[in-house]
Amino acid sequence: MTIAYVNDDDFAPSNADHERWTHNGWEMVVGLEVHVELATATKLFSASPNRFGDEPNTNIDPVTLGLPGALPVLNRHAVELAMRLGLALNCRIQKSTFARKNYFYPDMPKAYQISQYEDPITADGWLDLPDGFRVGIERGHLEEDTGKSTHVGGAGGRIHGSDYSLIDFNRAGVPLVEVVSRPDIRHPDQAKAYASELRAILVAIGASDAKMEEGSMRVDANVSVRKPGADFNTRCEIKNVNSVRSLGRAIEYEAKRQIALHEAGEPVVQQTRHWDENDGKTHTLRSKEDADDYRYFPEPDLVVVDPEPEWIDRVRAALPVLPAARRIALAEATGQSVDSEPVLLVVERDQDRYVLDAGVAGGDVALALKHVKEAPDTSATVPVDRLAKLTTMESDGTITATQAKTVLEAMVAGEHEADPEKIAAALGFEAMDTSELEQMVDAAIAEQPDAWEKFCAGEGKAMGALVGAVMKASKGQADGKAVTALLQQKKP
Amino acid sequence: MVDTTTAIEIADAVRSGTLTAADVVESYLAEIDARETDIHAFNLVLADVARERAADVDAQVAAGADPGPLAGVPVALKDNLCTRGIPTTCSSKILGDWKPPYDATVVTRLRDAGAIVVGKTNLDEFAMGSSTENSAFGPTRNPRDTSRVPGGSSGGSAAAVAAGFAPLSLGSDTGGSIRQPAALCGTVGVKPTYGAVSRLGLIAFGSSLDQIGPFATTVEDAALALEVISGHDPSDSTSIEQPSLDLRVALDQGVDGLRIGRITDLPSGASPDVEARLDAAFDALAAAGAKIVDVEVPAFGYGLTAYYLIAPAEASSNLARFDGVRFGSRVNAPDTNQMYMATRTEGFGDEVKRRIMLGTYALSAGYYDAYYGRAQKVRRLIARDFATAYADVDVLLTPASPTVAFEIGDKASDPLAMYLCDTYTIPSNLSGDPGMSVPFGTGDGGMPIGVQVLAPALEDATMFRAAAELERAADGGAS
Repeated sequence: MTIAYVNDDDFAPSNADHERWTHNGWEMVVGLEVHVELATATKLFSASPNRFGDEPNTNIDPVTLGLPGALPVLNRHAVELAMRLGLALNCRIQKSTFARKNYFYPDMPKAYQISQYEDPITADGWLDLPDGFRVGIERGHLEEDTGKSTHVGGAGGRIHGSDYSLIDFNRAGVPLVEVVSRPDIRHPDQAKAYASELRAILVAIGASDAKMEEGSMRVDANVSVRKPGADFNTRCEIKNVNSVRSLGRAIEYEAKRQIALHEAGEPVVQQTRHWDENDGKTHTLRSKEDADDYRYFPEPDLVVVDPEPEWIDRVRAALPVLPAARRIALAEATGQSVDSEPVLLVVERDQDRYVLDAGVAGGDVALALKHVKEAPDTSATVPVDRLAKLTTMESDGTITATQAKTVLEAMVAGEHEADPEKIAAALGFEAMDTSELEQMVDAAIAEQPDAWEKFCAGEGKAMGALVGAVMKASKGQADGKAVTALLQQKKP
Repeated sequence: MVDTTTAIEIADAVRSGTLTAADVVESYLAEIDARETDIHAFNLVLADVARERAADVDAQVAAGADPGPLAGVPVALKDNLCTRGIPTTCSSKILGDWKPPYDATVVTRLRDAGAIVVGKTNLDEFAMGSSTENSAFGPTRNPRDTSRVPGGSSGGSAAAVAAGFAPLSLGSDTGGSIRQPAALCGTVGVKPTYGAVSRLGLIAFGSSLDQIGPFATTVEDAALALEVISGHDPSDSTSIEQPSLDLRVALDQGVDGLRIGRITDLPSGASPDVEARLDAAFDALAAAGAKIVDVEVPAFGYGLTAYYLIAPAEASSNLARFDGVRFGSRVNAPDTNQMYMATRTEGFGDEVKRRIMLGTYALSAGYYDAYYGRAQKVRRLIARDFATAYADVDVLLTPASPTVAFEIGDKASDPLAMYLCDTYTIPSNLSGDPGMSVPFGTGDGGMPIGVQVLAPALEDATMFRAAAELERAADGGAS
């Protein structure tokens, strides 16, 4: 749906500190409308399964098909998931109603969509991006999905010019929440971060699998451009964006297209535009003038949804720790910043608990984070105490960082019961005792007196040759840091 | 003479084994055979289905089981109530030969009570009309005088009971579609409290107004039928969470001390014979001990205009699903939009198209506030005014129809005159309150006149209490 935005400036004062995308002195103003398929067992208004990928037209019933005499009954679990999402987005939960959005389309069985229009179940919240940028949330409302049309023959899979159309009603009636942001976004990266963060929240609270590629999370972008501080200009809505990466590209393309129009003195026409992944451009889908009049009116077959405070409290109390808080915990434990790559990635992969548990098991959390970030399969294959053991061996110098990586590969592959000591032993990474290492260092000094002299004279470069010789003699098993330390010790 | 007995007498006789359901069904089928050609109450007579079902009921009795309170009672169903595997047409061409894959909740409840469906009755297409002339299958005639209309839209169900084709029938009432034909045919007809009876399987006209109810020859039969079909249904979100209505207990209570309201600012327009019978009804109840109280319901007169915005608005949306894509008739065309247009142009009759256009207009951008929005405000005013009146009275009496049955064709070309037929019935649809028509003598041409009893929501039993007294007075007194 489209919301009439008020012309106010950034939602959060602290947003002013963040980088804005600009082009020839113009900035972008972006709001996102995200449709999320809720992970319920059944549909929003009937008992048919809500399941992706089944044989076409198998998950159907009289309500789904809009047969005469059929009546909708609201799915309580869908309401609960929408409440969870609203609370996770700092919104209020409110008394809500359903309306009918009337339009004819073959995959819209009743020729109206039941959607929340005037009174959404949840409104007025915000989403903080990992870098601290705050995006306002206008509302989140429940509605039913449509069926899926496949147009056969003709060009471009469009209905116009096709020979015939096939309709699969399995998706019709699947519960959706549409989350509408305020037009606070000023940079393509913020839009991408918003989509990623919303996805992470959805997965964390169990509301959706939120897969953009499968369409269980669909992001539409409202894009306009302006001179900073000026009034909002006419916007266009971009549809058919199927990945986070495309979202950034589509927004940037669209902003530049509009800037070019403004600069050429041509009008930006309010319209819906279709992102084409292949040519990297947006194309006109329909203009506002051809837009349907949806004739919204209250849905008389349903009653007001007014969750009792106890229910809201229960949902709130049962919310899991959200990704933002988990990033803070992981960052604090590992000494990284909250928006550093390892922290973002490991929380996104839901492996932060595993990393922290390695610390609880006596390991080094910073090293655990590094390993899990680089070897994503670790958490699924290696018992946490074994990972802890590995990090301890690494931190106390029993094995080198390079060796640790090799050992972990073997652990992930399940060798030697994933026991890092046994693997290290099998690989000959047995702790090299200091006397052995010292002999190698002495040998290197004896073999390269020139280099030793230069090193003692303070020429840093000379150290490389000496260390290299030791590494060669040890077949790579020597710890570079220990070798350097020994060389320093031996300096006269 | 099975055709003069009541549903209750039939059920008692069948349950006790003194009469077989098979004999009951044959007797009514014979009556249908004799007069249906003149009346055209039915779109479909289910003779074989009824016979099979009667055999089941008789087998149950023979096995010592109780088939239920409507054991062996033939029932006619308005043809907008879904019946599994049996064509359900709404008297429209657009449904084609569509057979619903399910029974309406009321149909299930009737069957569980031992009733036997004998046919699907004619109606104004999609229940839009007050004469049953707007049927794609031709008009139904009033059994009391076949040159006259039976009223509508449930004219087929009213005529079926009046003609003795069935002791009971079900209709639907969106603006008076049960009460007005009941009045015109001389039967009892009830629109219960909105939400008392499940709408699941009723093909919607105006969803916030539609309610299913019974026609019967006696108030007691109507009470029994309503007891059977009412009660919470989780499949209808607007169904009230309460058990079946308990009505028959109220029938013998009399009206001593009951406060009967006379609406002093009732819209005029009722003919003198109707006015006279209404006065007689007040007198009869006063004579039985009721207290007659004058009340005002100022917004009553705005009901008609509000209704003709709200009902068509909902209808324009409810009827959008008849698009030729998934069921019903389809007229093929070069593309989807042309297919929609051809299918709907061919499939819908004039009155249905008129209301779809009215409703679409009332909901359109720029007009919503002035039409639909304003009508909803009037609706709230009406509910408030009724509530105020019901603080002082227990029930209200009004005419059910402004006139007796009119001649077929009289109002066919004048939609506004037709719409005025529902002046007295519409307001209680808007407020959701119950109303019923009780035969109370005759008027011009010897045609029946019905008095309407109105009561506050969920006070259906009080309404029946007053209706039973009117019935006793009508039987005892001359008209």
